Amino acid sequence: MTLLQVSGLESFYGASQALFGVDFSVGQSEVVALMGRNGMGKTTAINSVLGLIRPRGGGVRFIGRDIAGMQSYRIARLGIGLVPEGRRCFPNLTVRENLVAAARQGPWTLTRINSLFPRLEERQDQYAHSLSGGEQQMLAIGRALMTNPQLLILDEATEGLAPVIRQDIWAAIRRLKADGQSILVVDKTLAELLPVADRCFVLEKGRTVFSGKPDELTPELQDRYLGV
Amino acid sequence: MSTALIIEQLLNGLQFGVMLFLMAAGLTLIFGVMGLINLAHGSFYMIGAFACAAVAAATGSFWIGLAASLAAAAAAGTLVEVAVIRRLYDRDHLDQVLATFALILIFSEATRWLFGSFPLYLDIPPVLAGAVALPGGAHYQLYRLAIIGIGVLVAVGLYYLISRTRLGMRIRAGESDREMIAALGVDIGTLYTMVFALGAALAGLAGALVGALQSVQVGMGEPVLILAFVVIVIGGIGSIKGALVGAVLVGLTDTLGRFLLPKLFTVFLGPADGATTGAALASMLIYIVMALILAFRPKGLFPATA
Repeated sequence: MTLLQVSGLESFYGASQALFGVDFSVGQSEVVALMGRNGMGKTTAINSVLGLIRPRGGGVRFIGRDIAGMQSYRIARLGIGLVPEGRRCFPNLTVRENLVAAARQGPWTLTRINSLFPRLEERQDQYAHSLSGGEQQMLAIGRALMTNPQLLILDEATEGLAPVIRQDIWAAIRRLKADGQSILVVDKTLAELLPVADRCFVLEKGRTVFSGKPDELTPELQDRYLGV
Repeated sequence: MSTALIIEQLLNGLQFGVMLFLMAAGLTLIFGVMGLINLAHGSFYMIGAFACAAVAAATGSFWIGLAASLAAAAAAGTLVEVAVIRRLYDRDHLDQVLATFALILIFSEATRWLFGSFPLYLDIPPVLAGAVALPGGAHYQLYRLAIIGIGVLVAVGLYYLISRTRLGMRIRAGESDREMIAALGVDIGTLYTMVFALGAALAGLAGALVGALQSVQVGMGEPVLILAFVVIVIGGIGSIKGALVGAVLVGLTDTLGRFLLPKLFTVFLGPADGATTGAALASMLIYIVMALILAFRPKGLFPATA
């Protein structure tokens, strides 16, 4: 079953057009990778899905509903949990408060988050601004999971983290996949991303230029669309 | 100068401070959370006082009047937020000041139109009439003590609301990243309306409580509004704790300054000049205190952690 269906998406940043026709979809219990070099429109596409940017054209459907142009809190309540680029934890809230503030009923509880990320339990009464980058990333993931989303969106969840911490984050993503969580991942580390992804979409200059299975993304294609 | 007199002046200062806190709490929340400068906050104070006086006169009960003041100020706050304020969050402070200044004029004229230019009077409820004996032989108006009590209760309640409840967490989260809390499924628009209405209700409560001590008249809110801004600047914008400490500080400084400074200057300058100089300096005192605090703590005493 298709959870999220994005077709022909067009968005603007102010007066300049950033997306010219982006297509991708995420199915139930599927991990989908959204790839592309910097500035090709990945974050813009995600922000357009969540209503943080109002799309000007194309369609966004979530569980069969047209969500393009809806207010972002309504979209989130339908079941999309965002782990944004740059983590954006609430610095003036404690770890536990960050997790609880926007939580909604469902299988994910504080106890389960604490078993997924034991470090968050150790730090539960600390303010988020006092956490390390990796801990903030775990908190941002935990915070999104606490809203019990049908679809989890991870935007650059391992960027700027130490290798050991990246491994922890990837391990958590693999655990979530094994639990059947649907995930849309934006990341640049192909070595970790491709094995976990069921399908890949590549964006270039605001358009989807490739879609397929990870093994169809040949070294030549990787070099052409993702190489630096 | 007797101990009884000093105790009385201290309590007067505390009561004035508590009343300022009720005003400043809403103002600091609205400024801290939504980034909005609301000059019309004094109008909610006036609306509360008028609603209490009018309903108390009609029903004969101060308490029904008090409930009416909360309801009227909260309703006015909700209406104003939905109709006007909502459009101002993303505008700069000058636009906000202009629009909310216009609201002051509208509310003042509307009140004058409804109730006329003559002040209304509100009686202290019989239960709280009279005075209590305090240690040291002083007697103090029970009603003023009750105001102090209500202020302390509100302070405790607000502190609990902001620091312990989910609503408070969301308010604080919205303070640091409004877009993010919305992206997690929190309806920030409704949240802002609630915070605004709460702030307005507290201002209305302050107006109703003070209405029994002073006359209830058009324009009564603006002098208090200026002091409330001094309070939140001293306390640190966005901080409830800062509003409480700042309000008590301003209340005590103002009351004790007006009481003590003329006496002090009389000693040096003689009765005629001393009293004038002392009184003049006393009316400047809170601004001097504010300037000193800002010189050493530019973000106020308790800057909100963000």
